[in-house]
Amino acid sequence: MQAAARQEAELIRRIVAGEKELFHELIRPYERMVYVTIFSIVKNESEAEDGAQEAVISAYRHLGSFRAEAKFSTWLTTIAINEGRKRLRKAKAAAESSIEEEIEEKEGDYTPAPLTDWREIPLEAVERKELRVALRQAVANLPDIYRQVFTLRDLEEFNIEETAEALGLNPGVVKVRLHRARILLQKQLVPYLKTMAPARKGFFRRGL
Amino acid sequence: MKLDCKHVWEHISEYIDGSVGAQLREEIQRHLEHCEICSAILDSTRNILILTADDRTFELPVGFSERLHERLAKEIEKSTQRPNNE
Repeated sequence: MQAAARQEAELIRRIVAGEKELFHELIRPYERMVYVTIFSIVKNESEAEDGAQEAVISAYRHLGSFRAEAKFSTWLTTIAINEGRKRLRKAKAAAESSIEEEIEEKEGDYTPAPLTDWREIPLEAVERKELRVALRQAVANLPDIYRQVFTLRDLEEFNIEETAEALGLNPGVVKVRLHRARILLQKQLVPYLKTMAPARKGFFRRGL
Repeated sequence: MKLDCKHVWEHISEYIDGSVGAQLREEIQRHLEHCEICSAILDSTRNILILTADDRTFELPVGFSERLHERLAKEIEKSTQRPNNE
């Protein structure tokens, strides 16, 4: 176990043993994750915030049932996902529409869009605010099943197995959905990217 | 064997994640050296992922953390007063 994980395990042990106030400290690094995860399901800021509070309270109440051999982040994400789904069901029931079935979309074009007049997106471009706004919109436009996988893997930076576990999917399905989500985003964002000036090659490689 | 562009696109996500096999990886790399289109697609996709992971892209509502901890503090207070009554 790594030092950070050991520290976290110790924190959990102390909270369960009675030092309840420490839960504030335990949850702090994960607040964002809980919110973003629920937002990816409900797509509404105030619903996501209420849901995040509920999920955190629920995690607090049930911390005693957390198994030490599990990963706290995965456990917490599962709670967040359940909370998000519960809220989505309620919202959909209120709108008198049926719950969307989680089926793979067989049709659809999952080929990326070419960028002909361009070498590499410069750092300044990635820093631009409108590109961030466009990305948020593009992510919101993704089909639900793709957005949820994308959010955990690329926003929260879970690995494939953790994403699969949290969503109750098998890793193969996660990979397919992730691929499609990434390609769909690339296609949607190309209009914002292709007008950028060329920059040094290899400047912005992501070490994955 | 020479890869065509379409084949590269099919593996782009796994290539970014470093989860393609060694041989395929090498073939894709060879293809990328000569193919501007695929290089641009790969780089743009990769940069989208960098932007996604940037905390400024998906921001929390203002005051989110304060409200969360306030609510949590109340819950903790409640539970410590009545430890057997959750």
